[in-house]
Amino acid sequence: MRAKILLSILLLVLVFFPTFAGPYALSVATLILFFAYAGQAWNVMMGFAGQLSLGHSLYVGVGAYAAAGLYFHTGLGAWAGIWLAILLCMLLGAAIGFLAFRFGISGVYFALLTIAFAEFTRIGFDHIQWLGGPGGLFIKVEHRTGWDLVNLRGTPAMFYYVMLALCALAFIFCFLLLKSKAGYYWQAIRENEEAAQALGINTFRWKMLAVVISSAMTSVAGVFYAFYYNNLFPEQIFHISRSIEIILGPIIGGIGTLFGPILGAAVLILLSDGITEGLAALGWEFPGVKQVFYGLVLLVVVMFLPRGIWPALARRLGVGK
Amino acid sequence: MSALLEVRGISKSFRGLRAVAAASFDVPERGVVALIGPNGAGKTTCFNMIAGVFAPDSGTIALRNSFIQELRPDQVCAAGIGRTFQIVKPFAGLSVLDNVMVGALLREQSVSAARGFSLSILEKLKLATKANLPAASLTLPDRKRLEVARALATRPRLLLLDEVMAGLRPTECDEMVAVFRELNRADGLTILLIEHVMRAVMALAQQVVVLHHGEIIARGAPAEVVRDPAVLECYLGEETEL
Repeated sequence: MRAKILLSILLLVLVFFPTFAGPYALSVATLILFFAYAGQAWNVMMGFAGQLSLGHSLYVGVGAYAAAGLYFHTGLGAWAGIWLAILLCMLLGAAIGFLAFRFGISGVYFALLTIAFAEFTRIGFDHIQWLGGPGGLFIKVEHRTGWDLVNLRGTPAMFYYVMLALCALAFIFCFLLLKSKAGYYWQAIRENEEAAQALGINTFRWKMLAVVISSAMTSVAGVFYAFYYNNLFPEQIFHISRSIEIILGPIIGGIGTLFGPILGAAVLILLSDGITEGLAALGWEFPGVKQVFYGLVLLVVVMFLPRGIWPALARRLGVGK
Repeated sequence: MSALLEVRGISKSFRGLRAVAAASFDVPERGVVALIGPNGAGKTTCFNMIAGVFAPDSGTIALRNSFIQELRPDQVCAAGIGRTFQIVKPFAGLSVLDNVMVGALLREQSVSAARGFSLSILEKLKLATKANLPAASLTLPDRKRLEVARALATRPRLLLLDEVMAGLRPTECDEMVAVFRELNRADGLTILLIEHVMRAVMALAQQVVVLHHGEIIARGAPAEVVRDPAVLECYLGEETEL
């Protein structure tokens, strides 16, 4: 009951946020939602099934380039690009998963494999002139006053609401996944793969499912990114620091929890933007201060809240996981 | 009685070291068979071959006349063999109930059906009051019980128990024995157990197979086996009290 009231208040604030927020606050909120969504997607793989990916920028990037490239070359909007993005990323995820799980690569080695794929792709995209190469792919910026949801063209408020809707859907989807057979099987695999297999779980198949679902979800974040920022550079979007940014949210918020990715993204971005802005207001500019800050937050959380902020906060609020 | 499990001449070597050499034995339907022997005799290796952790170098294993020696652990489980691990492997972060539900979901159609079935198993193993505790918080005897509960949840025809009595106090051991007797009698569960605790072996097993250096050196009714000179020499010792 208490959880429902708190959740309703949060939703209410989020829904009416653009009516009172300025453009800067709106852009920060959109960014938080973006990382909350991507973190939620990553959480399916790591938090639920225990498979550590350090290369989720791969799916953001491929999703973004798929939709943006399609739009750039054919004029087909996001409504079409999203399916291409999901399809490509599911295939990529399946390929990586197959390579790893078929040959028993797990743990740190699996994580390295995910980095390798993201890095190969980053370098590869530098050589695809058709998609702009290292110079970047730009799609036409349109300042519209209305909303064109089908093509993802419109006001900043529209992008905010799209991201909010994606976050809500991802949350509900993950909630249902956790309550389903898949959720039980993934958690069993995460906790002890050998014991899981002894209980009749085809671990290969269920790990593959986790990777494919996670990569498909992440690709949608990429599609949003492409049409929100209107420019894509392999050097940025596939970069490992992007992967790290995606996973810091859930790690700080609480791996394997439903609220962790959302809370973690909010804490990280609010504080890091706050610090950067605060220092700028004082006339100081330190390039890289954000990264130092990320490191500090991670350190503090790992030392004092190894399971993340959300489990501790949930206890305080008197609500369930 | 027809044999539920037929093990025929299975061998396994690890880097040239012979762990099990041409072992053959049967587990009859509704029977309770104990596999005993000194440490390093190859008992757990036998279990792992039956459970599909690794395939034997040679020999066959048949469950109800179909060969299972090439199957993966999950396929062996689906075929009807449940197992426990000598070193318990609970899903530490999950609740006791959720641990058992993971097993139950193999055959139950829905999550709610699996929950109901799991609760009934927890009841049987006297873990019902701890259903919502995290598995990590359980004591060792309870973890052993959880290991059994989880395996039972997969509705096995044959249950492999790997030293579930080790570390239990005599009264706890007797409780466990009573649980298995009941499962064997009432539900017709067939059991193959590895055990060092002779108290439990004598109380449960209808047949005992003794392994030593990977070879079977004796087999028969418990009362006979414990008087066998070869068994006394290599394992039980002259002064064994039962």
